[in-house]
Amino acid sequence: MTLATVLVDLVQVLLFAALAPVLIGVTRQVRARLEGRAGAGIWQPWRDIRKLLVKQPVRAPGSSWILRVAPLVLTISSLVLAALLPLVSTVAGRLIPGDLFVVVSVLLIGAVALALVGLDAGTAFGGMGSSRHMTVLALVEPTLLLAIYALSIPSGSSNLAIIVDSRLANPSIIVSPVGLLAMAAFIIAVAAETGRLPVDNPSTHLELTMMHEAMLLESTARDLGWLEFGSWLKLTVLLGLIGNLLIPWGVATTTDPMQVVVGVPAVILKVLVLGGMLSVGEVLLAKVRLFRVPELLAGSFVLAFLAVAVSAMVP
Amino acid sequence: MSTSRLVRLIARTGRIAEPVPAPVGTIFEGARVLRGSVQVRYVDLGGGTDCAMEISAAFGPIYDLERYGVRLVASPRHADVLLITGVVTRNMVEPLRRTVEATPMPQFVVAVGDAAIMGGPFLGGYGVAGVVSDFVDVDLEIPGSPPEPVEIVAALRRIAGR
Repeated sequence: MTLATVLVDLVQVLLFAALAPVLIGVTRQVRARLEGRAGAGIWQPWRDIRKLLVKQPVRAPGSSWILRVAPLVLTISSLVLAALLPLVSTVAGRLIPGDLFVVVSVLLIGAVALALVGLDAGTAFGGMGSSRHMTVLALVEPTLLLAIYALSIPSGSSNLAIIVDSRLANPSIIVSPVGLLAMAAFIIAVAAETGRLPVDNPSTHLELTMMHEAMLLESTARDLGWLEFGSWLKLTVLLGLIGNLLIPWGVATTTDPMQVVVGVPAVILKVLVLGGMLSVGEVLLAKVRLFRVPELLAGSFVLAFLAVAVSAMVP
Repeated sequence: MSTSRLVRLIARTGRIAEPVPAPVGTIFEGARVLRGSVQVRYVDLGGGTDCAMEISAAFGPIYDLERYGVRLVASPRHADVLLITGVVTRNMVEPLRRTVEATPMPQFVVAVGDAAIMGGPFLGGYGVAGVVSDFVDVDLEIPGSPPEPVEIVAALRRIAGR
């Protein structure tokens, strides 16, 4: 039983590690096609990572061990997230307590590591990126906690695996006002957390508007490779979670091999479709001004708060 | 711009990237380690900005260098290739040296345009310190004043090997 759970969880982690660059490739390809370009193909992020990992790092004079270690911390935190969340199956969540505080804390470990990378080399842009990142995070984390809390009320547990299980057993939870409000808040918070539009533009090189890119400016070679990979994996995992919360069908609820065989393509399909939708949305959206980001995030917090309030009124 | 207008524009424009021209001969020696992923940092040292316009056209949707895995990046620390245009002006000697120093190995320096390769009419001017090869080892030269986007695409495809 336990061995089978560990095996299923290992399949889930390896699948998402392999899927993350493909997802980024798909989003970039969709974007390129909509811009009238041919695009580099969905395997290009794999090639980028492969190359970055063999290059020799050049580290700024005066930079510390943070620049070497933090990229690995970010990648490991994303891998832990891939193991904790109900993606291919919900069995791992019952073995390890993947409840909302654990998940948000693991997210924070990676985010703090990234911010430290931005500060370490002591450049102006890195520090600016880190400070913005921390500002956004301070506004995102309460929303994430509150949104997952609202999702947990109908299920009676803050464990994400059990939340997905109960949504599978009782799909009316998904379209209930509580579920819809909480998911809307959760999706905005995830977009901010992973540095996508309208909060941050992942394809920008305009120094005055960037957040995520600004923190990576001083990283080279394999440091950069792990930072990119960790961020991509975080996005993939959170999209997988959104997919399973919105459409829980297909996720494996036991370690039965047949269910896992169905669960793998189901979650790949959900992640890629959501990635394509994200990319189309990003073509149509413009980045909001930095000073208006708090308004957007306050809006998402209000949605999450309303979800909690509604669930108190409608038993 | 409203969303519906943007959608109509996207639908009407369709694909504007030109068909892929024939493969461009052999891969540049030493660039094999990059294996189809090339990040480019563009450095303008001085000159007429004509090469800059051709480079931006080469990365635009029509010539679409990105389809060969070549991408412009914001920092020399992310770059494999330094794309250099213009003669080396006195104020840019130190920034050029620092940019090359900040680029991780293996790195490739590509001089774009006659001004970068041999100085052209700028040579001997009071603000001009020399040509690119006086200061750094140039791996590949793209002659022309300015070179056409097709030539820039061909040279970078030799590094990308695609």
